[in-house]
Amino acid sequence: MITFIQTYGGQLLYKIWQHIYISGIALGLGVIIAVPLGVLLTRLKKASVVIIEIASVLQTIPALALLAMMIPIFGIGAVPAIVALFIYSLLPILRNTFLGLNGVDPSLRDAAKGMGMTNLQSIIKVELPMAVPVIMSGIRLSATYVIAWTALASYIGAGGLGDFIFNGLNLYRTDLILGGSIPVILLALLVDWLLGKLETWLTPRTTSNVRP
Amino acid sequence: MFLEMKHLSKIYGGNKAVDDFNLNVEKGEFICFIGTSGSGKTTTMRMINRMLNPSEGSIKLEGEDVLKADPVKLRRRIGYVIQNIGLMPHMTIRDNITIVPKLLKWSEEKRNERAKEMIKMVELPEDYLDRYPSELSGGQQQRIGVVRALAADQDLILMDEPFGALDPITRESLQDFVKDLQERLGKTLVFVTHDMDEALKLATRIVVMSHGKMVQVATPDEILRHPANEFVENLIGKDRLIQAKPSITTVGQVMYNNAVSITPGRSLKEALKLMHEKRVDTLLVTDDSGVLKGYVDIEQIDYNYNTATSVDDVMTRKVFYVNENSIIRDTVERILKRGYKNVPVVDKDKKLVGIVTRASLVDIVYDALWGDSDTTTHPAKDKAKSSTTDQDKVVKAGDDKS
Ligand SMILES: Nc1ncnc2c1ncn2[C@@H]1O[C@H](COP(=O)(O)OP(=O)(O)O)[C@@H](O)[C@H]1O
Ligand SMILES: [Mg+2]
Repeated sequence: MITFIQTYGGQLLYKIWQHIYISGIALGLGVIIAVPLGVLLTRLKKASVVIIEIASVLQTIPALALLAMMIPIFGIGAVPAIVALFIYSLLPILRNTFLGLNGVDPSLRDAAKGMGMTNLQSIIKVELPMAVPVIMSGIRLSATYVIAWTALASYIGAGGLGDFIFNGLNLYRTDLILGGSIPVILLALLVDWLLGKLETWLTPRTTSNVRP
Repeated sequence: MFLEMKHLSKIYGGNKAVDDFNLNVEKGEFICFIGTSGSGKTTTMRMINRMLNPSEGSIKLEGEDVLKADPVKLRRRIGYVIQNIGLMPHMTIRDNITIVPKLLKWSEEKRNERAKEMIKMVELPEDYLDRYPSELSGGQQQRIGVVRALAADQDLILMDEPFGALDPITRESLQDFVKDLQERLGKTLVFVTHDMDEALKLATRIVVMSHGKMVQVATPDEILRHPANEFVENLIGKDRLIQAKPSITTVGQVMYNNAVSITPGRSLKEALKLMHEKRVDTLLVTDDSGVLKGYVDIEQIDYNYNTATSVDDVMTRKVFYVNENSIIRDTVERILKRGYKNVPVVDKDKKLVGIVTRASLVDIVYDALWGDSDTTTHPAKDKAKSSTTDQDKVVKAGDDKS
């Protein structure tokens, strides 16, 4: 292990950075697109079914096939990988945002509207805060997927920790395989933990501290 | 005219949820919509603040066409209390109360002040402002739900079965509270209920609805005396129709005005002496200016005689009382139902003016059932003497019948 780090240390750090970079952008884009879209869907009762259906279909395309499909459009490298992973990250976030908002007690939405909140005010002040735990669990699920699948992105020349794993597979080198896959697992666990912290922080309080 | 509704209809598919609803409401009225479930009460109410758009008809609020108004702005000037209270669980009581003032961009200082005013109004401690709704009881939450609809000085307040889920005592105190809003603060209320007692107690006018149509619009008295048809009669119930006969007698006219009272600062010894002198087992407690504060009875004194010194230490502060101007019909049932031996009577400033005893209620029920002529003249008499006369009367009535 020590010799592995001595030999590949610099390269390892670089691959970890690439891995974070690719999955981070894909997930970030996913959140930016899927949360507002999920909110929008709650206002379009009929279209929501169709759109969630489409997202579900995209989800069923095997990851490798989706990556391969990106090549004719975007060529090889990080860009097609990010696009493909972004598409993967959409569904869990979209679905959970939609379900989270729809799960908010209808009388709260009614009260918000009845007191004269605009649609946007109702979403920002009432519905999103109430739906934080559900939305965040969608984001955490997406994050885990994306970090794992970023390893596959190495196949289309995107780099990342997948490079170690695939090299190891080609050369029958266990140390390379482990050297690539253990950091992926640790990264996924770390990100999930951080997102958990974020979730706690974002979830609004419903009791004061004064009482036990 | 404050609020004008003309030919209002709401159609869902082929079904008319509301069918040609017409009503003019003056400022300061307390309108109750009553009817069976599904009769269109909620639908009608929600058209007033544009939570629903009417299929036909027009609504004017202070001369302005509601259907042309910006619905968001409109809703900010109409208080609305929904059936399920709908307090925001993630906001403190302070933030809940001041939602509309905040939407109207009041300064933080002004909002704070208003929150304090409001919490005082519903008699909750000021530190509750920093609590969250889950830390309040159902009755307390409903109080907050009501003042939330007043916080921005709304003149018109809509309430949709607001007290349905509450226990009778909390319910009654909230009813008194909203009635006070109308009587003392001049608010106009439109109030949905399916409880006739509630409507009779609160309304200046009652709108009876059935299958989306208005069946009768009248004051509680008119409704009791001249129900428009069998539907209304059934809604009122036979018992109330009987009680309705001596309808103008007020509590003040039948009470005894020799209630025995004491101030909280007096010692238990003094209290005991007073009880002995006046031959009563309960004393009403009033402050120096005569405002009713509670009561103390012989059991409390006996039980605490060695540990407590003043009346203040042992008195019960929660006391059921009635106003001298309440119509007796509204009161009889409440007193009988609760099984009190006697009930203090107060004036509009909550000053003690007399007492109604169970014995004196015999007169009233007697009059209601046998239609005795002198319903209004029961001068204050010696308590003991009067209860014997009351008994005599009942016996006599029985004799007459046989
Ligand atoms: N959104 C809706 N779609 C179809 N029918 C409705 C809708 N809302 C209410 N109704 C119908 O309109 C009628 C009146 O309902 P509502 O005003 O809620 O009655 P109430 O408040 O008197 O119980 C009922 O028959 C109900 O089924
Ligand atoms: Mg209703």
